[in-house]
Amino acid sequence: MSGDKMSEKILGVDRLTMRFGGIVAVQDLSFSAARKKITALIGPNGAGKTTVFNCITGFYKPSGGAIRLTHDDGRTVALERLNDFRIAKQAKVARTFQNIRLFPGMTALENLMVAQHNTLMRASGFTLLGLLGVPTYRDAEKRAIDLATDWLKRVNLLDRADDAAGNFAYGDQRRLEIARAMCTEPALLCLDEPAAGLNARESAALSELLLSIRDELGTSILLIEHDMSVVMEISDQIVVMDHGVKIAEGTPREIRDDPKVIAAYLGADEEEAAAVMEGGS
Amino acid sequence: MTAKPAIGIPAILKTAFVNALVALVLFSLMVGIRTEAGASGQLTYWTRFGDLASLVAAVFGGSIVIELLRQWIGPTGAEKLVPPAVQSGISFIGRYLAPALLIFTLLVPVIFYDQRYILDLAILVLTYVMLGWGLNVVVGLAGLLDLGYVAFYAVGAYSYGLLATNFGWSFWICLPLAGILAAFWGVLLGFPVLRLRGDYLAIVTLAFGEIIRLVIINWQDLTGGPNGVSGIPRPSFFGIPLDNSDDGLAARLGIEYSPTHRIVFLFYLILALALLTNWATIRLRRLPIGRAWEALREDEVACRALGINTTTTKLTAFATGAMFGGFAGAFFATRQGFISPESFTFQESALVLAIVVLGGMGSQLGVALSALAMIGGFELFRSLETYRMLVFGMAMVLIMIWRPRGLIGHRAPTVYLTKAQAISSDLVKEGHG
Repeated sequence: MSGDKMSEKILGVDRLTMRFGGIVAVQDLSFSAARKKITALIGPNGAGKTTVFNCITGFYKPSGGAIRLTHDDGRTVALERLNDFRIAKQAKVARTFQNIRLFPGMTALENLMVAQHNTLMRASGFTLLGLLGVPTYRDAEKRAIDLATDWLKRVNLLDRADDAAGNFAYGDQRRLEIARAMCTEPALLCLDEPAAGLNARESAALSELLLSIRDELGTSILLIEHDMSVVMEISDQIVVMDHGVKIAEGTPREIRDDPKVIAAYLGADEEEAAAVMEGGS
Repeated sequence: MTAKPAIGIPAILKTAFVNALVALVLFSLMVGIRTEAGASGQLTYWTRFGDLASLVAAVFGGSIVIELLRQWIGPTGAEKLVPPAVQSGISFIGRYLAPALLIFTLLVPVIFYDQRYILDLAILVLTYVMLGWGLNVVVGLAGLLDLGYVAFYAVGAYSYGLLATNFGWSFWICLPLAGILAAFWGVLLGFPVLRLRGDYLAIVTLAFGEIIRLVIINWQDLTGGPNGVSGIPRPSFFGIPLDNSDDGLAARLGIEYSPTHRIVFLFYLILALALLTNWATIRLRRLPIGRAWEALREDEVACRALGINTTTTKLTAFATGAMFGGFAGAFFATRQGFISPESFTFQESALVLAIVVLGGMGSQLGVALSALAMIGGFELFRSLETYRMLVFGMAMVLIMIWRPRGLIGHRAPTVYLTKAQAISSDLVKEGHG
């Protein structure tokens, strides 16, 4: 049935185009991300992956095309019409950044509390009730701290809850940023190169974390990644981009053997091409 | 640190020589040649090479001494200059400083009852403490550089002044109104301006401060222009006037009237207003809105990605800060009994901003201490007369070298699981506007 087919797909990108002046960064890109699955967006440097991300998460306004997000209850949101914070607030799309953007002067716990801003604002009666210290707000805050504690446990940072996020090691910051995005309780989690700069052990832990987010919480994940061992291991679906257009789409196995993908990577960078062919095997 | 190669004498001499050369270039025109208009308007000049030579020599010698001192002490750092025992002592004092200061402040009118000068100065200091705490919400927490804070102070003062003189409304009705009107102007300014960041925001707020002042000067029908508003009613003790009439407070209590009663009342009034500001700020910091302000200062893009409406968050910060400025303005009007545009120049904005920056952005205690130092200290140097500004400026420069992030630069977390530990100042961002 077509209705079932619709609800299997959480994100549908249709003929997305993004132009910066005369430069076309993304052209007529169409792909979809399946619900409760991990979809990877890969491609050589400059392929336009981050541009696609910024369009989906509202940091850019697409020049053309449609981006549809279908929630579990069948509600569909047109992301290209929402702007910045509303995508996170109303459409429940959370994201992380290629160059980590934590609040360095705030503790890990505070970072996760800020992520629950909208829930807490409602509970605090938009500050007025909270200022008077009504018990309903105190309960809501306790629940928020519990959720944050739960996530700190998941990303293995519970003992550092009261340390400033800026003091964390690189790998810990990456995990904390994912935890912060998850504290917004998103329907779709977008990760921009979550494994960049991680060592092999940290990458493995990251893969495990992402799989647990998919399997235990049923959150759909869309990620950009260069680390092919991570991509091949955890992705259910891979979309390959080059020069702003999609060149292939399929399961990791299909992508690995796709001559167009290999050519794109060979044309771009030998090392990356080798990584595609060796990764996951 | 000891492995640092010792700088040889030639290097020291070279540094001193360069410094002397700079001094020579700088002073050759300022000191070396003196020009004046002669008797018939012609330019006359004479040289003062002796003075110039002694100045350059002083710079040369001074440079050598400083370089030698630097080698002798080693790299300057707080840890090195202050022994650990003293540091733990300071942290011990720090814990009890705020309550001790509060108790002392409460007792000021008792201790200095006969010294009108000190009471007046204390009221002035508390007014600036309140202004500092108000601006701290905008600059310290939300990281928005506001150079026109005095505008809201003026709105508050004129709100009370005009409402009281035209309609005869009492201080206690006008006080909240002054706050609301100032907050309203804060929002009105904020709407078009808050999409600007950093320097641009600072310049527009500076302009806004000037616009308010110029409107007050030129709207003569309403504000009286440069003549100001006079005859502003003094505050009453919740309806009971503080004068020597038959139904005044003194007569009702059956005690002898003294003009000091009013001063003491004003003192406790501004203290209460300042403490209200402090209480609200501390409370707001622990609420989601306060955390969002600080998050905004740390990283605006990340805030947007977390679904925080940055525009309304900034607006609330602006409005809250403006509201406290409005309260302080109403108090100022009732204390002075007379207000004019001269009281609301850029100088005031700069002073309040300096208090916030010197105190350590975001720190309530730091702002209170720096208001005390700036306003009280300025009075302290009164005996130095002409050199007052010079000494004061130098003291400020020294403090900023010693503590570049303000007197109290570290940040206390708003929520914790096991233990609240201060966050070092070099992690905390200043905000980009």
